Amino acid sequence: MTQVTMTVNGKAASGTVEGRTLLSGFLREELGLTGTHVGCDTSQCGACVVHVDGAAVKACTMLAAEADGAEVTTIEGMANADGSLNVIQQAFQDHHGLQCGFCTPGMVMSAAALLKDNPKPSEQEVRDYLEGNICRCTGYHNIVKAILAASGQDVPAMAAE
Amino acid sequence: MYNFGFEKPGTVADAVAALGAEDAQALGGGQTLIPTLKQRLASPTTLVSLTGIAEMRGVCTGDDGALCVGGATTHATVAAEAGAYPALAATAAHIGDPAVRNRGTIGGSLANNDPSACYPAAALASGATIVTNTREIAADDYFQGMFTTALDEGEIITEVRFPVPEAAHYEKFVQPASRFALVGVFVAKYADGVRVAITGASNDGVFRWSEAEAALSSNFSADALDGLSLPSDDMISDLHGTAAYRAHLCGVMTKRAVAQAS
Ligand SMILES: Cc1cc2nc3c(=O)[nH]c(=O)nc-3n(C[C@H](O)[C@H](O)[C@H](O)COP(=O)(O)OP(=O)(O)OC[C@H]3O[C@@H](n4cnc5c(N)ncnc54)[C@H](O)[C@@H]3O)c2cc1C
Ligand code: FES
Ligand code: FES
Repeated sequence: MTQVTMTVNGKAASGTVEGRTLLSGFLREELGLTGTHVGCDTSQCGACVVHVDGAAVKACTMLAAEADGAEVTTIEGMANADGSLNVIQQAFQDHHGLQCGFCTPGMVMSAAALLKDNPKPSEQEVRDYLEGNICRCTGYHNIVKAILAASGQDVPAMAAE
Repeated sequence: MYNFGFEKPGTVADAVAALGAEDAQALGGGQTLIPTLKQRLASPTTLVSLTGIAEMRGVCTGDDGALCVGGATTHATVAAEAGAYPALAATAAHIGDPAVRNRGTIGGSLANNDPSACYPAAALASGATIVTNTREIAADDYFQGMFTTALDEGEIITEVRFPVPEAAHYEKFVQPASRFALVGVFVAKYADGVRVAITGASNDGVFRWSEAEAALSSNFSADALDGLSLPSDDMISDLHGTAAYRAHLCGVMTKRAVAQAS
């Protein structure tokens, strides 16, 4: 067993974990932050994406012990200080970027990581960045629109629609 | 996953010492090893994380002009910082997806030597040197067949040195479900000749296409490859592509790589 301490959504969090405890398991089961979804558990779907020291990672494919000392941000840390939806979350609602919502936490976390590095991405850059995030409902167009809208750009009509 | 202990040393020396314990195993970014452990295909007693070793991270240029990449450097860092070797940076930028690139490391990729992985093609085509805690291994001696390398038990890749070519390109035909290469071809043109390495195609893992190298060394253009082909006998055949299809792709991807080399 290993003692781990990290900052999760700005608050100190610690616990005792087994070597094999995944970051996704620590967040969901120890800290009760069940917004981080586990879809595949095989690093394919991206539902579990969180930020570790500012970088998007799949929490199902990182050991909790590896995140000792790190700054972790999950979907629960994304809302504005007053509790209202942040600009990306609001854009997902406005553009119908979710249906069942299972992939949404990972989509929002990936989108936030993209916009941090590339504040005005092209439509193709958005699609490329979401390569590791799978959605079985929306067909992606509305997710791409939401992210373009969140970046303050006009939302194009999309050819494949 | 079976349970295991976890250690995160801060130096290569401490990592080597920790790996001396029975059934201890190195952990890079975990992007291959963690899924493997979940399937219970490995059962180490202790995982020794290499991600806390500062001397194994980062990209720099050596005295001889070669690009040196620390063994625990992530794909994302290589994509961002290997500007001195643009084809290598571009290769790293197209491995898997952004989250995989933020964790996965060059040392982990080369140690694993997946037959469809991208870095083995880059290292072999560049005539890279794999530097470990005990020795330097030429890429030509390092890759020894699918999932097999020259590494000894407990030996860790601390650095990879890439001679920078005059022109190069990696052309990857993506297998969209896995995001690995169905076939990937890395072409690199050096003053003393052209090297061509192919991943994703052969049952023996990454290999050099010597006929294409000879043709391209005398005439570095896609036309020089007209009429050349590879036998499909030893090619991978699966639901994503037959052996004949992969053999055909090798030729097509090599031409495209040459046409785009810069
Ligand atoms: C969804 C997905 C898509 C992917 N797509 C691609 C792709 O397109 N192309 C591609 O090439 N790869 C791809 N990968 C694999 C990815 O690049 C892995 O990061 C890489 O193969 C393993 O690196 P790692 O650092 O994660 O190693 P780990 O998983 O931690 O380790 C892998 C093996 O290497 C050993 N090891 C780790 N570091 C060292 C070292 N420094 N010295 C010696 N041994 C070491 C470990 O003991 C283990 O046996 C993909 C992976 C995923 C999950
Ligand atoms: S649950 Fe982590 S990638 Fe699917
Ligand atoms: S909204 Fe249902 S999986 Fe994306």
